Amino acid sequence: MGQSALVSRAVVAQGRRRPPPQGKGGLLPWLRRNLFRSPLNALATLLSLWVLFVTLPRLLGWAVADAVWFSPDAEACKQAAGACWAVVPEKYRVMLFGTFPYDEQWRGMLVIAIILGLALYCALARPSARTVAASWMAAMALVFVLMLGGVAGLEPVSTHQWGGLPLTLIMFVGTVVGGVPLGVVLALGRRSSMPAIRAVCVGFIEVVRGLPLVTVLFMASLMLPLFMPEGMSIDKFLRAQLAMTLFFAAYAAEVVRGGLQAVGKGQYEAADTVGLNYRQKMIYIVLPQVGRIVLPAMMNEIIRAFKNTTFIGIIGMFDVLRATSTAIQDPVWVRYSIEAYLFIALLYLAMCYGMSRYSARLENELTVRR
Amino acid sequence: MSAAMQNASSSEPIVVLDKVNKWYGDFHVLRDVSLAVGRGEKIVICGPSGSGKSTSIRCINRLEEHQEGRIVVDGTEVDADMRRIEAVRRKVGMVFQSFNLFPHLTVLDNLTVGPVRAQGVRVDEARARALELLKRVRIPEQALKYPGQLSGGQQQRVAIARALMLQPQVMLFDEPTSALDPEMIHEVLDVMTELAQAGMTMICVTHEMSFARKVADLIVFMDAGEIVEAAPPEEFFGAPKSERTRLFLSQVLH
Repeated sequence: MGQSALVSRAVVAQGRRRPPPQGKGGLLPWLRRNLFRSPLNALATLLSLWVLFVTLPRLLGWAVADAVWFSPDAEACKQAAGACWAVVPEKYRVMLFGTFPYDEQWRGMLVIAIILGLALYCALARPSARTVAASWMAAMALVFVLMLGGVAGLEPVSTHQWGGLPLTLIMFVGTVVGGVPLGVVLALGRRSSMPAIRAVCVGFIEVVRGLPLVTVLFMASLMLPLFMPEGMSIDKFLRAQLAMTLFFAAYAAEVVRGGLQAVGKGQYEAADTVGLNYRQKMIYIVLPQVGRIVLPAMMNEIIRAFKNTTFIGIIGMFDVLRATSTAIQDPVWVRYSIEAYLFIALLYLAMCYGMSRYSARLENELTVRR
Repeated sequence: MSAAMQNASSSEPIVVLDKVNKWYGDFHVLRDVSLAVGRGEKIVICGPSGSGKSTSIRCINRLEEHQEGRIVVDGTEVDADMRRIEAVRRKVGMVFQSFNLFPHLTVLDNLTVGPVRAQGVRVDEARARALELLKRVRIPEQALKYPGQLSGGQQQRVAIARALMLQPQVMLFDEPTSALDPEMIHEVLDVMTELAQAGMTMICVTHEMSFARKVADLIVFMDAGEIVEAAPPEEFFGAPKSERTRLFLSQVLH
């Protein structure tokens, strides 16, 4: 090496701390950045505008301007060029409550209010986990009293008369409340060191996951009674609830298993060294971490379970979708089934979107802490 | 080996490994490992990576199981019996290379979860003890933070405090400073040194030779799954007998 000059060099810092440079504000820079960044981008923007220009006025005309909102008979709808929303106020009792006795439908309304109200309260007021569990337990007991009747002067209503949104909501809450704990147990069993327990759990999960929900429901509603001893029968609602819960649990188990695998081996070892036994280790150390990890995936399964409640219509139960399709079989209104279905679609969308927002908020809070 | 054996004869050793053998599949990871640790004495185990030093101490509290030989901790044999394993774990605290704090619990709860949940200690009593120990490792002001908000050195000191919560008879350290940035190694070694001066029985797997020289009563050198040499620090550093030890020392003492 000769005396060649060193090319690399560094400058000793002299800068002061200052705020980051501001981007240009205003509408025009924003438009250029977001909608007209490149020729292709501009083309896509113009094309989208054109599509909106062509379709939006007609859609709004049909859905709003030319629509009929209230009409006791379908006459006004026949004259109008737009949507016939009048089908909803006309048929909402059957759509929302199905075959529940007409004079007792206030009880169904109360059930809807209790379940949705409690869900909103839990999502917004954020009570402790213990309060959440206790209040849901109490609420569900109240819901069953209201639905079944037979006490406190309430007329008895058998489960085969249940229907509409209360049935959908009860089925959904029952599925999740029963299915999540069962899924956790199955996932733990699948990782058990005892071969018999492992085999049972793996067998259950694989069989249930290998069957379509419709098949599971048919098995529960048609085959299960065949295996029952003479004179003994399980209520059809309970059979459907059982099938939905087991089906959900198999998927929940796989979600939880993923979470269990994601918790590091060091966590298990540290829990061992501070003296916790298996049960304590799971409850206080492992499962809380699993909960955080699997929240998005579990919420996905929960939302799917909500939509899956529509399958019970196939075995002859009147969930809100089936109740709606029955309601619009009225020959006077049958032409306006699209409007009725759109209303139900909005109902599902609103609830699923609510659950999705709630889970997104939970996720956010949990990541802040780490 | 002489120092440990002399003390062992004056009073019973608290930890005994007697011809411990272990295999991973066909691979023989521990070969006739025999070691006795007297009460209040400090053992440093060193050696190249893969030499079986971590595995040895992980067998003591049954995070790993050995296939042959005996391990006895304070009169209790470590075998497949779960109750005996739990009894031993109550007497043995452990600090890991990667801290392994519980990320979903505050520092305070990390310390109290074991005593409160496993031993039924009252919450206020456990908290008082936890705050005492956090003072001892010099981070009482971090009690309500989550582990993810602490530096590596602070996390490892929390881990030491957590291990002390069970008032253990023996502390195991599995490379406690290997995952730390250089400027944080000292704060952890200082805490360990204080603990040693307070009379705790310690078995440390570490590459910190200055710590070993200062604190250890006996330095054990392992290579390829067996104990190659064991001697007090002056002898170990001054006149190593084995060629493998000399090679190792020339590599770690730069």
